[in-house]
Amino acid sequence: MSESRNGPQAALLVLADGEVFEGEAIGAAPADGVATGEVVFNTVLSGYQEVITDPSYAGQIITFTVSHLGNYGVNDEDNESRRPFCRGVVVRDLARRRSNWRATGDLDGLLQDHRVPGIAGLDTRRLTRHLRDAGAMPGAFGTADEATLAAAAAAEPGTDGLDLVATVTREAPTTVASTGGTRRIVAFDFGIKATIVRHLAELGEVTIVPASTSAADVLAMEPDGVFLSNGPGDPEPLVGIRTEIATLLGEVPVFGICLGHQLLAGTLGAETFKLPFGHHGGNHPVRNLATGAVEITSQNHNYCVAEGSIPSAELTHVNLNDRTVEGIRCRDLPAFSVQYHPEAGPGPHDSRYLFDEFENLMARFSGGTA
Amino acid sequence: MPRRTDIESILLIGSGPIVIGQACEFDYSGTQACRVLGEEGYRVILANSNPATIMTDPDFADATSVEPLRADVLEAIIAKERPDALLPTLGGQTALNLSMELVEAGVLDRHGVELIGADADAIATAEDRERFKVAMQEIGLGVPESGIAHSMDEARTVIDEIGLPVVIRPAYILGGRGTGIASTPEEFEKAAATGIDASPISEILIEKSIAGWKEYELEVMRDRADNCVVICSIENLDPMGVHTGDSITVAPAQTLSDVEYQEMRDAAFACLRRVGVETGGSNVQFAVDPATGEQVVIEMNPRVSRSSALASKATGFPIAKIAAKLAVGYTLDEIPNDITKKTPAAFEPTIDYVVTKIPRWAFEKFPGTSGVLGTSMQSVGEVMAIGRTFPESLQKGMRSLENGRLGLNADMAEKALDELDDAALLTAATIGTPARITQLEALLRRGLAVEEVHEATKVDPWFLDQILAISEERLYLEGMRSSAEGVVPDLDRRDWRRAKRLGFADAQLAYLWGCDPADVRVAREAAGVLPTYKTVDTCGAEFEAETPYHYSAWEDEDEVRPSDRPKVVILGSGPNRIGQGIEFDYCCVHASFALRDAGFETIMVNCNPETVSTDYDTSDRLYFEPLTAEDVANIVAVEEPVGIIVSLGGQTPLKLASTLPAELVAGTSPTSIDLAEDREQWNDLCIRLGIPQPPGGTAVDADGARAVAADVGYPVLVRPSYVLGGRAMEIVYDEDQLDRAMAELSGFGSLGIEGGLSAERPVLVDRFLEDATEVDVDAVRDHTGEVVIGAVMEHVEEAGVHSGDSACVIPPPHLPSEVVETIEDHTRAIAEALDVRGLINVQYAVKFDPESGTTDVYVIEANPRASRTVPFVAKATGVPLAKVASRVMLGATMAELRDEGLLRPRVDGDHVAVKEAVLPFNRFPEADPVLGPEMRSTGEVMGIDLTTGLAFTKSQIAAGGALPESGTVFLSLADRDKEVGLEAARGFVDLGLDLVATSGTAAHLLADGLEVETVVAKLGEEGTDAVELVSSGSVQLVVNSPRGRGPRADGEHIRAAAGAQGVPLLTTGNAALAAARGLADWRRYPLAVRTLQEYHAGVRRPPEGPDQGDA
Repeated sequence: MSESRNGPQAALLVLADGEVFEGEAIGAAPADGVATGEVVFNTVLSGYQEVITDPSYAGQIITFTVSHLGNYGVNDEDNESRRPFCRGVVVRDLARRRSNWRATGDLDGLLQDHRVPGIAGLDTRRLTRHLRDAGAMPGAFGTADEATLAAAAAAEPGTDGLDLVATVTREAPTTVASTGGTRRIVAFDFGIKATIVRHLAELGEVTIVPASTSAADVLAMEPDGVFLSNGPGDPEPLVGIRTEIATLLGEVPVFGICLGHQLLAGTLGAETFKLPFGHHGGNHPVRNLATGAVEITSQNHNYCVAEGSIPSAELTHVNLNDRTVEGIRCRDLPAFSVQYHPEAGPGPHDSRYLFDEFENLMARFSGGTA
Repeated sequence: MPRRTDIESILLIGSGPIVIGQACEFDYSGTQACRVLGEEGYRVILANSNPATIMTDPDFADATSVEPLRADVLEAIIAKERPDALLPTLGGQTALNLSMELVEAGVLDRHGVELIGADADAIATAEDRERFKVAMQEIGLGVPESGIAHSMDEARTVIDEIGLPVVIRPAYILGGRGTGIASTPEEFEKAAATGIDASPISEILIEKSIAGWKEYELEVMRDRADNCVVICSIENLDPMGVHTGDSITVAPAQTLSDVEYQEMRDAAFACLRRVGVETGGSNVQFAVDPATGEQVVIEMNPRVSRSSALASKATGFPIAKIAAKLAVGYTLDEIPNDITKKTPAAFEPTIDYVVTKIPRWAFEKFPGTSGVLGTSMQSVGEVMAIGRTFPESLQKGMRSLENGRLGLNADMAEKALDELDDAALLTAATIGTPARITQLEALLRRGLAVEEVHEATKVDPWFLDQILAISEERLYLEGMRSSAEGVVPDLDRRDWRRAKRLGFADAQLAYLWGCDPADVRVAREAAGVLPTYKTVDTCGAEFEAETPYHYSAWEDEDEVRPSDRPKVVILGSGPNRIGQGIEFDYCCVHASFALRDAGFETIMVNCNPETVSTDYDTSDRLYFEPLTAEDVANIVAVEEPVGIIVSLGGQTPLKLASTLPAELVAGTSPTSIDLAEDREQWNDLCIRLGIPQPPGGTAVDADGARAVAADVGYPVLVRPSYVLGGRAMEIVYDEDQLDRAMAELSGFGSLGIEGGLSAERPVLVDRFLEDATEVDVDAVRDHTGEVVIGAVMEHVEEAGVHSGDSACVIPPPHLPSEVVETIEDHTRAIAEALDVRGLINVQYAVKFDPESGTTDVYVIEANPRASRTVPFVAKATGVPLAKVASRVMLGATMAELRDEGLLRPRVDGDHVAVKEAVLPFNRFPEADPVLGPEMRSTGEVMGIDLTTGLAFTKSQIAAGGALPESGTVFLSLADRDKEVGLEAARGFVDLGLDLVATSGTAAHLLADGLEVETVVAKLGEEGTDAVELVSSGSVQLVVNSPRGRGPRADGEHIRAAAGAQGVPLLTTGNAALAAARGLADWRRYPLAVRTLQEYHAGVRRPPEGPDQGDA
């Protein structure tokens, strides 16, 4: 029984600014009863398994605004990576029982198996409103006492200035066979999501390489296109990666998503800044400036490219909620990127055409240089 | 793409009277549309026959035509008002079907009117079952295997191919009328015939049954730039097989993985695009096989609907408003999100709570019906509840239903379940009925496994487990019960909070612990557990919300920030049910508007998602909460209002008056309200004022009732005190009937759980005045004692037919002026004696005594509160009674209101307005369609014109029972109706109609020299009997008045045959006479339509125009 009388242990969530939330422990028990990370919120209604296994959440504690989590269980197909990299899960109510024909396990089981701690039963709306007003911030939760948690929250560095990509990328290249096209694509793994790989594989064979792979090594593979993946945290410290991207630009078509977009923009000289509480959800309207169409998009980022900071690229997509940059295209080079997640997983399928555009770009480029 | 400038005026068609399947959700959507289009600068032309709606308030449109919704009448409106465009998608199936008729008849082309919001082809694709199926297959979407039939032969061919069981769905119907499931060839024959009959184009879709699959609905919108968004996903708790309008539904969808949800979203958009809905809202229904995830499209509605109203309330996204804007050319990204103001409407709402909708049925009103839910909708209303979790919202919804329940069991009424053993209870739960949800809880509480209950009922295990969480908590709480009698057990804060978060009301806890709810509250508050109020903001708190739309939850943070302005809380009327419908919502909304204009901050409390009152735009603040003592007290504690309005929302808020601080109850004091209900005090008052009453008394048991009846003489009218809509009211003619009636009243029926009989709530037993004319008066009195008479209404049906089911006329056509004066004087005196501050409704019986030649006026009852005729009176007379009353209740005087211009004199014109009731007998073929003292109508229409006859005829057309202009009238009259029936028959003959009659009636007519074509045999005798005659279709109007009380076999069969054949049926002699006179006028004068604005300016009969007809 969830809220059983002898059941879950009382737990607290304490934010770096001292706000305290009462709840109950779920998932894995953290060491010493303390889990820490940067607390963010996500507003998706479905897709918790994809969110929790998205490596972009490395270093973060994910608050789900939806009331019930775990209702349809978890399955082997919806994992976005080999394991969750997030530091914790905050939810109003964790389902005691799952119900869905696709399910092979419970969400609580997944959390326990991968040592992800969680806290349930707290006023997640109050937490969300607080984060909205005060900004995403470090926090600590667990069964430890309030003072211990407060100290841990204060000591938690958050994500600013950290290279979190190194903590999630793979150690050796992997090749995924084509499920459709004949392209050869090299995809940098900054924390790449499985759904992205599936979409790329429809275009051709995908070689996923560690984040530290050099441009020379990539070019040696003679790819038709290079993909810059999503990933966690602050793009600012990833200087080495930007250098390699600079080498690749112009040599091969480049497509970037999320962190990949920030890195492409950064390579072109753009400034990035941290949004107050980020975009994490599946309902953000983005306008495609070429067609005027509105796409409902999946989003997951805290950092953002500053508008007008890249003379060499044109703005292609803009967020209709806060007018932030959602997509760019280089004026003279075969490269483009979007801040949001056209692959969905979870989220709407409105923007999948961008993978076709990547294919078109590769086609034009190979046609032009052949 | 900005707003279109090439059109200037837009015609909106409303949905007409409230009927099952089409309720006040279309007043909500239509009112929003009227407002938005008006704000955009268009000239709004509205056609709607329903006077109880807010949209027909003359303030909401430039030209408001309260006229019958029929193609010829609409053409007259179009010819007169010359709209540039017609928006057909906001008035339900009625508006959509009529618009199609206008297109097909070439009316729109003829008058140069453009159809906006949906084109004819799209409507046909969505509505025509076969076209829809083919279209869906074309785009690769799954549909249930099916075939189309227009005849029984075709139907049998289809069934040979696809096999049984099947669902039969008629084309172009609303609320699933005529839909059925067939598992055997016999059932199939019957269901197919019913379906073909129900379809206006005699077409049915025969579909492989997927009963037991999971059911979902997506509310989607599309703009003319092809941007598509999902506003809300809804998952049904009841599996396929129960109409979605009769299902408990939950938002957002709970048991779909994102992969499946996105597949459904893609399918919904594909469906919208293929059907060709260019702009606006639609809903797409899906069924999902729980074993394989296979998805099939069931149907789509290319218009706003009941579920879009629910989705709007569930998310805060106003679908109808946005749909109206899209129809005039805007795109979603050009429209700001109302709630955040900063973000655009081009997004998909996300919610951080759970919404549960529970239907409200009225089976108790229709004896003979089975109460089994199926594919044809039978509910008359619904409630919505918002909680942070599903268990919380489910329990809040259960206690919102106004059926005496405190939540999901844990109350007195749960004892009914105790009588069934596990096996019987499980069997009962396999059938969809209103009680199923409570049976599920009881089964799980008894320890049956979720798997077993799921296997039997197909209710999803996740829902069952959530219900089990409630059961487990209840068992735990029961275990905490104190050994000391009536003492609240000692719970710690965590226990209290958990119980409240699972939705338990203090009253449920009091029931479990055998103590007083007030003590529970004190103990809970002492433990520091108080409700908090959260905001519905479309975005899961991601953005700051500007719109104050709140619900309670047991959390940390309260988001309500009360202001310093003086506040008035208006308690709404809860779910629509028979006896309490949209009229009261009209009153509450008007109060909100009037008080807001007067500088008060208005706070609405209601739980009905269909209404205008629960539009967050209506009041300064909206609390979407159950109307129970606990929930209301919590809001009052937070808001600290200067007044609480309890007398405009019908019985629901009135019942709460005694739980509120008396000094805060605005208007007439609770003491006066009680005085009017208390038989003895009321008698004393009438005697003191010298106003005659029918003799009578009160009784708490059968012996007492018999004594009163013996004293006053039969027939007597028996009715419980404190109920609306004539619940369980009966006219009894002898002692046996009286005993039976008393047994029913004291039994543990639905009335029992509404309070039962007691010395405080006795039964009233009065002499029933046969053949008297019933009269209703609505009036308002201010604190200086000035009384304004709204109107004196004369009923068409005689006393004994519930006033809500009777047609009534303003001004009274047959009452001499001195009788009207007497009635007005009595009304003033009663209002004075009760010290009324606000509205009062008084009912009278006027009886002409042929022997003495005098006319006697008896007062039947007085109710110092809004009556259901208030909006009708306002539309007929131009006096905004509800607004005036609400101001008066907060201290304004008539003199002040006159100065302000709010209180205008009654319209001094030559028009007559007739209100007619609309009855749901077509939904309940098993019930006898006869009128009596128990109200059974769901809605009303108004006919307005320059003679009583024309107005009455319009009201009949509007009510769907258009009178025949030629053909044969069948008459079968009770003795008491024979005189008036004779006059009616003569009228019919003068009009050239033929008469047929039963032997007794025929003898009477023949004796007076009237020609009777055929004398029909009694049932079972030789020759063509009445049922055969009616069934053969050779009769165009049936006049059949029941003899005495209770259905008599012959009459019941005749009426049933009329119902089945769709022949207009009149069940009183007076109605027949009104019909004959009406038809005479209808033939004499050409059809004329006028707007309320014109009537309210005072329309005069031209000298050569229609005379008073029957005056």
